[in-house]
Amino acid sequence: MSTPLLDHLYRRAGFGLTVAERQALAERNYRDLVESVLVFDPNAADVDAFIGTPGYVNISTTGPFMPNTNISHARQRWLFRMVHSPAPLQEKMALIWHEHFATAFSKIAGLYNAVDATRLLAAKPSTDPVGQQGQIELFRQYGLGNFSDLLLKVAQDPAMLVWLDGETNTKTNPQENFGRELMELFTIGVANYVETDVYAAARVFSGWNLRITGTQGAGTAVFAFAYQANQHETSAKDFSFSIYGRGSSKPNEIPARTASEGLQDGLDLIHALAFHPETATRLASKFWTWFVSETESPDPAFVDNIASVYLSNGTNIRAVLRAVLNSPQFQDASAAFQRYSWPAEFVVRALKEVGYLGFSVNDALTPLVNMGQQLFEPPNVGGWPLGQAWFSTAGMLARMNFASQLATNQKFALLAASRAFGATPDALIGFARDSLRTPTPLPDETAALEAYLASGGPWTGSDAQLLVKAPGLFHLLTGSAEFQFV
Amino acid sequence: MPFTRREFLQGGVAAFTMGVAAPSFLSDLAIAQGATRRNLVVLYLQGGNDALSMVVPYTDAFYYSRRPTLAVPAGTVLQIGSDTNGKPLGLHPRLSGLKTVFNQGQLAIIERTGYQNSSRSHFLGTDIWSTANPTNSVEAGWLGRYLDSLPSPVDPLTGWCTVGDVPHSLVGNHVSVPAIASISSYALQSPNSGVEAGFSRAGLAALSSIPTPNEPYLAFVNGTVQTALATLDRVASVGTYTGTVAYASDGLSQALKTVAGAIVRDIGTKVFWVQTGGYDTHSGQGVNTANGSYAGLMNTLSTALTAFYNDLRNQGLLQDTLLIQFSEFGRRITENGSQGTDHGAAAVMLAMGGAVHGGVYGTAPSLDPSPSNPTLENNGGDVTYETDFRSVYARAIENWLGADSVALLGGDFRKASLTFV
Repeated sequence: MSTPLLDHLYRRAGFGLTVAERQALAERNYRDLVESVLVFDPNAADVDAFIGTPGYVNISTTGPFMPNTNISHARQRWLFRMVHSPAPLQEKMALIWHEHFATAFSKIAGLYNAVDATRLLAAKPSTDPVGQQGQIELFRQYGLGNFSDLLLKVAQDPAMLVWLDGETNTKTNPQENFGRELMELFTIGVANYVETDVYAAARVFSGWNLRITGTQGAGTAVFAFAYQANQHETSAKDFSFSIYGRGSSKPNEIPARTASEGLQDGLDLIHALAFHPETATRLASKFWTWFVSETESPDPAFVDNIASVYLSNGTNIRAVLRAVLNSPQFQDASAAFQRYSWPAEFVVRALKEVGYLGFSVNDALTPLVNMGQQLFEPPNVGGWPLGQAWFSTAGMLARMNFASQLATNQKFALLAASRAFGATPDALIGFARDSLRTPTPLPDETAALEAYLASGGPWTGSDAQLLVKAPGLFHLLTGSAEFQFV
Repeated sequence: MPFTRREFLQGGVAAFTMGVAAPSFLSDLAIAQGATRRNLVVLYLQGGNDALSMVVPYTDAFYYSRRPTLAVPAGTVLQIGSDTNGKPLGLHPRLSGLKTVFNQGQLAIIERTGYQNSSRSHFLGTDIWSTANPTNSVEAGWLGRYLDSLPSPVDPLTGWCTVGDVPHSLVGNHVSVPAIASISSYALQSPNSGVEAGFSRAGLAALSSIPTPNEPYLAFVNGTVQTALATLDRVASVGTYTGTVAYASDGLSQALKTVAGAIVRDIGTKVFWVQTGGYDTHSGQGVNTANGSYAGLMNTLSTALTAFYNDLRNQGLLQDTLLIQFSEFGRRITENGSQGTDHGAAAVMLAMGGAVHGGVYGTAPSLDPSPSNPTLENNGGDVTYETDFRSVYARAIENWLGADSVALLGGDFRKASLTFV
């Protein structure tokens, strides 16, 4: 298959490719490659055991590495996985669901404590003393399954119960926060429900609370969803949209139920919302922007097709992604480099394409904040503003400065690799472009890079010159506008 | 909501043309455009401010019956007199600094601002306040349209956003506004030092200047690079500003210190954006407790604004500055079971500055849930608006910025009684 298509697939379904990864995949045909991206063994994809071993990007901490209980360590672990996972789509979908179900560490830490807040967002069950599963691990486990299942898992996720106040939703005082965002942001969208639906949804989820056992802050407390029947408001709930479909005599009404059976209210609403045609359309449009293009509006034919795949496959995300990645719109050459990279995508791609040996992902954490994407800290439940919104002057400066930081860190590796291309400035430019998989350059761009290499003295290709100009060139290219697109 | 914003940005990119002036002309431009030193500071309280806890109707019995744990006790409010109906009002007890400004006649409180069919969505609500158009929440922002209306080319520092993400209000079709969340990190790094660092900067400038007529998205990002490079040095000059008063260490205070620095250094900015969060108080609102979250928000708001006010006053620049505050909605009148309040409708706006005619504008709601009470909506659940928020914008546009509000807002929202500036 063509290398541009291979790179395109892995920039979108993952975070780019290293030279070695690209070579290993180059002979595969596209459909097989898509299947191997989609279907993976989660155990084989677990790279956590390699953290701190030679040959991988570094992590750095003062004291022991505690990614289940220290949020900064959790961020490093996730970046490590993005760089090295052999199943990059697992991490990509986790990141996308983190954006979609945006839940922030600071509120949970403020209401409880930083240790438990980290656990609720990032704990890996197999290494947590009581098997607590962080929200991001939930996304990693269920992110390619059925959206209806994921939605239910999220509704009962301890981090979400804290984040959108479900833990305080009771019979006498229904809490609207989760019910509103469930409809507005997670499923059907703001134009497709009315205010009375918010009140009804709040009552539906009354009694969907949180039970905490054990000592908080010690790393061993159990945070679990608990349906409290005595806190459920049992009367019927009417909606402006259908819950049960045409076969029902009262399709829009969740019936009055006994308190002990009241959990079913929420299951019915979540199912109805997951299968609502507006959810299908809205998610299909989002899949367009997440995977195909942000510079072109969603193609109606694509949206119709993906929405139909979503509904006819029981809301299965893997089936949706199979259709997305195999769609002609995705594979068309004009779709390449038409997404504004998220800061995490930019950072991980730069590491994979410029180099990472001797670099610590800890040193990417502050730059990511300056670029506008601190992992586990979305600005609000709406997630990060995407697309052009990433490119404030401060955000772009942070990207240019990360490009400088990485090129500086990698300067000796870049010197070693560029010696073979040091004969002429154009050879060096060719090497840098090949490393960074940039789109076809404009003629003026080559002239600008040549002018940079010519500044300060005639070209000799000496080690002393390459040690200055090779990192300088990678800085310019990685910090340029075109490298910000994936 | 983010999706509509993205749709706007996609639509906007086609029309996007960079109007960045060459750096060498910047100071002349700034002088030319800054014929007056007047500036507008817009303060956004993110999350939906609970106006009833900020400006308290402390004699309304329904306020106390509907907010059994959250109501501010009548004995602790800072009394500011009455609205035009004679209803007594008081500020939250942590707003003592603002009370002083009010007493000096330079704080205006505009009651019940909002619009018909107020959105209870943070995202749609914010978009509506940003575009000043309840029926089209995806067009350019009202401040972006103002900047677009200035003679081209517009100096890149004519607008200054103190948060890292340019808000929809400041998004224009032609003019891009720098986002300067931190002055110390608003600097350019290079893998090399000395003259080589200069070559790198020149290289980035050259790459960003390559025309890409067929790729407007690249032109957009290149424009951002150019804006960054054209503003770095002047922004750094503000970084050394210390102020005549001590500013607290919180983000809002530091942002206002930066704004004061930019005003004092006279670098030509006309519109500043300041934003602070934490106002989405669904649970544990803590209006009255010493360490309560809302009490903390009010304390921060008051100390930050007071420091800003005093700093500018000390330097004789208060007359040049108008600050107006808004939030995307007010909150529900009746408290919820989590000692918090859910999303509501109309709220209060504040205006502060040397040219402000202080006092209370408009009337506070009656909180009587009776269906016959015209000041409430949603079955008595929420406060209904009295003053269209666009009337406040119109006043600032006409009487402060000296521009045509009818053209910028797409309609005549001027309200004769709204004489706060």
